[in-house]
Amino acid sequence: MCTVCGCGTSGTVAKIGAESAGASHAEPHHNHDHYPHAHGHSHLHVHQPDPAPEHIVEAIDFGAGPAGGHAPGLSQERMISIERDILSKNDAFAAENRARLRAEGVFALNFVSSPGSGKTSLLVRTITDLRDRCLIAVIEGDQQTSHDAERIRATGVQAVQINTGKGCHLDAHMVGHALDHLSLGSGGLLFIENVGNLVCPAAFDLGEAHKVVVLSVTEGEDKPLKYPDMFAAADLMLLNKSDLLPHLEFDMSACMAAALRVNPHIQILTVSAKTGEGLPAFYAWIEARASLMPAPAGDPA
Amino acid sequence: MHEVSLIESVVALVEDERRKQDFSRVRMIKLRVGAIGHAEPDALRFCFDAVTSGTIADGARLEIEMVAGAGWCAECRRTVALGERFAACPACGGARVRMTAGNELSVAEMEVE
Repeated sequence: MCTVCGCGTSGTVAKIGAESAGASHAEPHHNHDHYPHAHGHSHLHVHQPDPAPEHIVEAIDFGAGPAGGHAPGLSQERMISIERDILSKNDAFAAENRARLRAEGVFALNFVSSPGSGKTSLLVRTITDLRDRCLIAVIEGDQQTSHDAERIRATGVQAVQINTGKGCHLDAHMVGHALDHLSLGSGGLLFIENVGNLVCPAAFDLGEAHKVVVLSVTEGEDKPLKYPDMFAAADLMLLNKSDLLPHLEFDMSACMAAALRVNPHIQILTVSAKTGEGLPAFYAWIEARASLMPAPAGDPA
Repeated sequence: MHEVSLIESVVALVEDERRKQDFSRVRMIKLRVGAIGHAEPDALRFCFDAVTSGTIADGARLEIEMVAGAGWCAECRRTVALGERFAACPACGGARVRMTAGNELSVAEMEVE
């Protein structure tokens, strides 16, 4: 039984992963390649697009590092030239995720920010406003806890929590696992909420259509210059918590100039997840970008 | 500290290579790292031993070859040195500089037996 959430008991909550360290096993239901890692989970849940009132909680724990075998024996000493990009493994998984999402007609956004910028609140608000228009699912990344996924599920949509353990970012392999637990269908929206971290997630393509960087106006206008990789990797910047602007000395134009300096192509919207200010423009952006996505193979439209 | 993941990826690449070429031990791994990229060489070194422990790369020596940052300045119409990723052109001060080197992150070669 899971000691975190009590799965395996009569409760409504079942959590994949978590604390059962060492329960490593192979998983026949995944259709992508693996590199070695340990899994703690014991079975697969299938989700329906319209979840029942009693949600099944899922989390995938990637706290365990890679295992590898040490092969004894001797052979001749030699140099091998490899010249392979270190991120090539991740990028291959990302390409697989992207192809899969495209084939299913799902538009995916990867939300990145520092902790506390309001990503989850922004998603909750967005889902509440858009859930009658399309199917939405969320993949939540955090080092620990299922708090964010629970907040998302309270809106009535599917959410899978990935716990990265010591990991500071989601990678494409983790997201591939999470996709196995979601069903959306053509026209669906997938929001991936990355681990709160303005550095590491920039380097990892997850297979999303776009990275969206969320910066709250309480954080300081020079963040794009201090953490340029993230703002360079994003296609959209949401300046969140605009309702707090009257109480702050936040130089909006300096912040926008900083973002545009590291990424001349970044689009910027000012929003408030609390009041809803600016969100219609964000929804219009989603709609416009999703409509640019290539049609799934075999779809005459 | 995504350098831990990067070294895990290096181990996975070495495992790939072992499936293609017969070797039982890795003595040295040379990485090529861009000076103005997102990976910090000291952090790579810091976690290398811990991450490779118990893997095919256990006991290997890590070498890092740094690649200096450079960019193409559209004003000067030549390659200029870049000390940071979004720096202005050191010659003309213009901002129209496209990074051409310094973002590398690869496994260059390794010594095996």
